[in-house]
Amino acid sequence: MSSSLIEVRPKRVNSDQYEEPFYLNLGPQHPSTHGVLRLVLELDGETIVGCDPRIGYLHRGVEKLAENLNYNQTIVLSDRLDYIASAANNTVFCLAFEKLFGLKVPRRARLLRTIVNEMARISSHLLWLATHALDIGAMTVFLYCFRERERLLNIFEEICGARLTHSYVRVGGVRQDFTQEAIESLKKFTEEFPQLILEYETLIDVNRIWLERTKGIAVVSAEEAINLGLTGPVLRGSGVPYDVRKFRPYDAYDEVEFEVPVGERGDVYDRYRVRMMEMRQSNRIIKQCLEKLPETEGEPIIAEDAPDLLIPERMREPEPKPHPKKGFIFTGREVFPVPPGEAFASIESPKGELAVYVVSDGTNKPWRLRIRTPSFVHISAIPSLAKGHLIADLIAIIGTLDVVLGDCDR
Amino acid sequence: MDITLLQGPVLVAVSGLILLLVSLTHVAYLTYAERKIIARMQQRLGPNRVGPRGILQPIADVLKLIQKEDIFPATVDRPIFAIAPLISLVCAASGLALIPLWERFVLSNLNVGLLFILALSSLSAYGVILSGWASNSRYAFLGALRASAQVISYEVAMSLALLSVVLMAGSFNLQDIVKAQMESPFKVFLIPQIVAFFVFMVSALAETNRVPFDLPEAETELVAGYFVEYSGIRFALFYLAEYFGMVVMSALAVTCFLGGYAGPFEVPGLPFFWFLIKLYLLLFFYIWVRATLPRYRYDQLMSLGWKVLIPVALLNLFVTAFLKLMF
Amino acid sequence: MGILEKIDMETLLKNLKEKFPRYILDLREGDTTTLTVKREGFLEIMQFLKGEGFNHLIDLCGVDYLNYKLEAKPERFEVVYHLYSISRKELLRVKVPIPEKDCWQYSLTSLWKTANWFERECYDMFGIVFKGHPDLRRILMPEDWEGFPLRKDYPLQLEEEREWKVYRELKTKARGAR
Repeated sequence: MSSSLIEVRPKRVNSDQYEEPFYLNLGPQHPSTHGVLRLVLELDGETIVGCDPRIGYLHRGVEKLAENLNYNQTIVLSDRLDYIASAANNTVFCLAFEKLFGLKVPRRARLLRTIVNEMARISSHLLWLATHALDIGAMTVFLYCFRERERLLNIFEEICGARLTHSYVRVGGVRQDFTQEAIESLKKFTEEFPQLILEYETLIDVNRIWLERTKGIAVVSAEEAINLGLTGPVLRGSGVPYDVRKFRPYDAYDEVEFEVPVGERGDVYDRYRVRMMEMRQSNRIIKQCLEKLPETEGEPIIAEDAPDLLIPERMREPEPKPHPKKGFIFTGREVFPVPPGEAFASIESPKGELAVYVVSDGTNKPWRLRIRTPSFVHISAIPSLAKGHLIADLIAIIGTLDVVLGDCDR
Repeated sequence: MDITLLQGPVLVAVSGLILLLVSLTHVAYLTYAERKIIARMQQRLGPNRVGPRGILQPIADVLKLIQKEDIFPATVDRPIFAIAPLISLVCAASGLALIPLWERFVLSNLNVGLLFILALSSLSAYGVILSGWASNSRYAFLGALRASAQVISYEVAMSLALLSVVLMAGSFNLQDIVKAQMESPFKVFLIPQIVAFFVFMVSALAETNRVPFDLPEAETELVAGYFVEYSGIRFALFYLAEYFGMVVMSALAVTCFLGGYAGPFEVPGLPFFWFLIKLYLLLFFYIWVRATLPRYRYDQLMSLGWKVLIPVALLNLFVTAFLKLMF
Repeated sequence: MGILEKIDMETLLKNLKEKFPRYILDLREGDTTTLTVKREGFLEIMQFLKGEGFNHLIDLCGVDYLNYKLEAKPERFEVVYHLYSISRKELLRVKVPIPEKDCWQYSLTSLWKTANWFERECYDMFGIVFKGHPDLRRILMPEDWEGFPLRKDYPLQLEEEREWKVYRELKTKARGAR
């Protein structure tokens, strides 16, 4: 295929010598790039001189599809973006739509959403730690992390019936309530989890091989990080305390207490510490939300004026005119099924800042649904981060940026 | 069965064959043991389907690899591509002939046995380079470069560590080294030469391309490095060469540092008992390290070899020589 | 950010209107403050905003308003920027209408490095050329794709004849092999 060949352009050094760069293709199929990411590396020995990420191998056209689907149907599409923490994707879609429709979510639903989001964050960070450690060579951490992740996925199955692509968070609230079993298993999990995090840390935290592989690699200063558009734990590792949960609180994050861990130097080790501490904070948030749940016993879990699954194409406003014989007649004027306008919502997904910008033209399908994903931005930052490092460091860098190609390519 | 130097070539051939078969079984079941032990450390079961408790797994692996298509990618250098795994295997396995398994059983009692084993391990780098070159692929090329540089660097440290043992024993002959250990007040050279033992074990990890020094064949980075283009039985030969290397290095460590086949009491009927026990202990150590540690980056690996291990081994050598001179 | 005292949003917007009266087309408060700006003065306004503390470019995207029945939009395309000020905790949306015939826009790569890939995606999906971009090529679609997928006149599913030729060749090869 002509489009996939790399063009090698020899450079002229002096009158009778040419210099040809050495290109290595870290191709779409590779055990360590998380998904189908293709990196064209220009190497000088083992040092990376240039890097050109080529994406699009997982492009499914979600934005175009969303223009042909109902608002509620796009929630199912959103699951498959960042398929590791799909609750986060659902939440950001629902927040944008709720802003558009002008809905107010009941308190119980907000607490449940927060719990599911934080569970997704723990699950995503566990997967990140497993693959990051595996890439650097510590195989055992991988299996310990997956042991906990299995527990979380089983709790997810108890809550909403699916392990990975939940579609649990809906416009206006959530799909269904937690069962008592789910709450019990979740309580047990939060009690046992801090001890288990210590287990992972003893294996690698002070291991000198790990420290040598991660300290001083891919150091990013704070201004550089903001300029490159990095968000989430990557930005916080460089010292900027920007966390959407604190800056623009949504759901129940203004009711719970938690800290936002911040690193100092901005290298791979600091980001690792930030994510480990974030896991502990997520555990704390889940505990607090579980304590607050019994207060909201009996409350609805979805807003009353939430739209139906299939929003009708034309709607008439019910302007009741009591008819002597037929009762109320809907002779109202034609109204928009969905209020026209635009809305922007962003959340702190486990990978970074996930944002949705939706434009509505009044019909039951969005006019434009734009999804700003953190992995897209982080992969665009790989060339600046990897310059001057070795290939072995590149693997550590991709791991520390925590990219998922489904998130990047949409 | 008194087998010394060249008495009866038939006996030599027969005992060689027996040794080969026994060591092949050991190596094959070493792969099984590794998978089981690592699995248990990672809270899972490991192979348990093929045969009771998965005992027949290595046989299943060998059968599978034998019946695979022998693929020669179009752009490889055919004769070298075919020879390289054989060179690796022969260099790795031949060292076994010199190890004294028992007081009266050593296949080839060379006077410079230790030197010969060191020479063989240098030759194994040749197999690596040839395979990387012949594969005509970028990944294999990078892997072969790294592997050969790593092997050559850590050989120096290993030789220096072994030299201290030679100083203490007074001979390169492996039988004599074991006898010297039995006569010495410590019974094993481990106690006076603990530093040399440590240097030797780390260098042996690096020589055989095992974690934490397995960068040349790192799955997640270079997709099996210098043997990426191999499949079927040739891949099996490389794999076997690596495990043979592990066994030979452990056997060498047992012979030079742990007292060889000597033990506190004689086990009737099983003259190799103590040798095998010590060998299994060292192999378990190899497997344990693989399950626990992450991987070194290439330049850190090289700086560890040159800047840390070689000075330590040299220092140990000087101290040993000084002490030997004094007393 | 620096030793300038932090002025609040209202004063900021008033300063903005005073400094660039010709370029600002519209300023309204919807779900967030939205600023519609002409293409000519765009770079200066973005420079001003970046100096005022809006250092985080969250998003850059294009919207196609072909056949938009609700409002009569002046131009077919619009490029929408979302800026955030971390120190001020304020979100700002900037919209720039782009005509169909003269389909280009100034590139922001000199101010924000993150704009590089966003603009590549906008070009890939809508066909809006960004002047001053160092390396404008397709990012999500294959390099030899024809057409701009997110435009409203591009169908959701292509007919047989207009399929990507590489895919068509692969299909005929597969059929031939069988």
